[in-house]
Amino acid sequence: MRWLLLKDLQILRRSPLLVALLVIYPVVLALLIGSALSRSPGEPTLALYNGVPKQERTFDVAGSSVNADEFLPELSRSVDVVEADSREQALRMVRDGEALAAVLLPPDIARRLATGRDQPTIEIAYNSEDPVKQQAVESLIRARIADANRALARKYEQTTVRYIEMLRDGGSISILGNDVSILGLKTSQRLIEGVMATLPRGSPSYTALAQVDRFARLAIENLGLSTQVLRSVGEPIAVRQTLLGGRRTPLDRYAIAVALTVSLMFLTVLLASGLLALEREEHAFSRLVRGLVSRLGLLLAKTGLAAVCGVVVTLLLLAALGLFWVDLDAARLPWWLPALALGAVAFAALGVAIGTLAREVRSASLLAFTLALPVAFLALVPSSAVSGWAYDAIRAVCAVFPFKATLTALDIAVNDAPGSFAGPLLHLAALAVAYTAIARVALRRFA
Amino acid sequence: MADAAHDATASSPAADAAASRSGARKAEPALRVEGLVKRYGDRVALREVGFSAAAGELVALIGPNGAGKTTMLSILAGIQPPDAGGVSRDPREIGWVPQQPAVYGKLSVAENLRLFARLEKVPDPDATVAAMLVQTGLEERAGDEVGRLSGGNQQRVNIAVGLLAAPPVLLLDEPSSSLDPRQRERLWEFISALAAGGTTVVYSTHNVQEAERYADRVLVLADGELLFDGSPAALAATVGGADAAGPRDFESAFVRFLHEHGH
Repeated sequence: MRWLLLKDLQILRRSPLLVALLVIYPVVLALLIGSALSRSPGEPTLALYNGVPKQERTFDVAGSSVNADEFLPELSRSVDVVEADSREQALRMVRDGEALAAVLLPPDIARRLATGRDQPTIEIAYNSEDPVKQQAVESLIRARIADANRALARKYEQTTVRYIEMLRDGGSISILGNDVSILGLKTSQRLIEGVMATLPRGSPSYTALAQVDRFARLAIENLGLSTQVLRSVGEPIAVRQTLLGGRRTPLDRYAIAVALTVSLMFLTVLLASGLLALEREEHAFSRLVRGLVSRLGLLLAKTGLAAVCGVVVTLLLLAALGLFWVDLDAARLPWWLPALALGAVAFAALGVAIGTLAREVRSASLLAFTLALPVAFLALVPSSAVSGWAYDAIRAVCAVFPFKATLTALDIAVNDAPGSFAGPLLHLAALAVAYTAIARVALRRFA
Repeated sequence: MADAAHDATASSPAADAAASRSGARKAEPALRVEGLVKRYGDRVALREVGFSAAAGELVALIGPNGAGKTTMLSILAGIQPPDAGGVSRDPREIGWVPQQPAVYGKLSVAENLRLFARLEKVPDPDATVAAMLVQTGLEERAGDEVGRLSGGNQQRVNIAVGLLAAPPVLLLDEPSSSLDPRQRERLWEFISALAAGGTTVVYSTHNVQEAERYADRVLVLADGELLFDGSPAALAATVGGADAAGPRDFESAFVRFLHEHGH
């Protein structure tokens, strides 16, 4: 067996163009797909004019300091923000089509927010040349302004709740640099009850103080309730998120798993199918299987060699991604290896099964490519993109090919995505056994 | 007709001649094939074919396309099993030379021979390879990639691989089909020398003149049935080869023989 493996390595070594194509092509394809996936399509450009003077950007909202610049990075999420020097420049950018919309922050916005008396207004100018993008930008800006409103409301709510609690429990407040002590309703009630204890029951003073005492008790109870009501007003509906299916990995991290899987798939499937078809193309198969090598042994040798090459190249790709593109947690290496190894073995088994159908290397490569590409794209179709029955059909198709299971395993291994790690690994092992069995049966007519 | 064929086998003068030539006359033939049957679904490729070959004998397997020649050789080589019948030798004791060179074009001549010598578990692969290079006259091309060799030299490497384990029986499937006349001549000189050395050679061919010229015996197969087993002269004689009205040459005699048997 080892002589056969050495022979294959020797042939690969003497075919530098083929090896370069086998390695470079899947890697480039994987990086392109990964890069395309990690970016949302066509980020729109937004012009931003911030008219608030720098010294006024930090202001006081109900006793709490707010920096307006903290809210701006939120706006640049999902859009390409270009800062304009003046209101006119921002509007001209929209008019000329350089930006799809302009967000204009008036100079008095901070002052109005600080006083809380006049509602400040943000001006937005759109260019509806591309209605789809314009709608998306409009929704996006509304969402971001809603975020800013919510954050400010929370500040107001926190301050108001603090004042109410001070009114109820007492404390101190700084007014013009002087600390002023606030008695609070609870202390007031205790003082009243103390005075009432010294008065004869039924006296006019006792009766009057008893009314004040009842008011104080009611006020204490209801002010306690009002703080909860205020929190509800700040955020009337709370959201609890539950993940029922799919993934929670950020798109750019998921793109790494996709790039690795695509690379592993093409390299391993093409190599395994080509290595087996080579035996037929060179007419050596009949010579080998007449006692020199068993048919199963031949399949396992091709599967093993293709899988090892696939793992090595994909690990190098992963290392390169870690060095130049993304932060990778090297401590997760014990997860990477089984995911890559089982994925590679399953892909290689699929490759040799394809190789049994072809009489020459070129046909095998074409067949492998023709089959692998649509399988990869099918596995990336989100459930929302097609109807329910179509998605069920896609899931069924994906289940009989190793792409989806490898992608899931690599997403868990590399990105620490939620889900069972053993599930996709067992799936891949079952697929590897099934494809090897299919290839072994197909080899009966292979001569 | 099959019975007649077997009778011819029993008293083949060519077999006697070959045995005498090799000086290896033995009670046991070098290869004995009995009642081979092979079916592909409903189609019967071989119908109880049997023959035997002495050491050093050159046996040609001739017949029209689809007669079952390659099927029979592949069963003898152990590539596929028969549905019935048997072969006296283990496939590992039989050298196999397929029709097209079954060697790796990207490896050199020596590397190909060394690879198959190791797979054959030959005791001293390097010495065997060196000896085979001398025997096939390929010493000077030992380092050349097989893919760059001429068709004739590729066929030499192909035969050399079949001979690595020094098998007592060598099977060749249409060995000269892709060669020019000069290369063919050299090939047959080589094969004849092997037979002279005691190796039993069984080969299939479409070139009946080659069968007449080089074979000690011919086996005529048609539709999976063995129609004749005897010397080329005996085949010509069965269709009046000695008469004035008989066929002009061996090829005509062979065609007439097939016509007379309904093929």
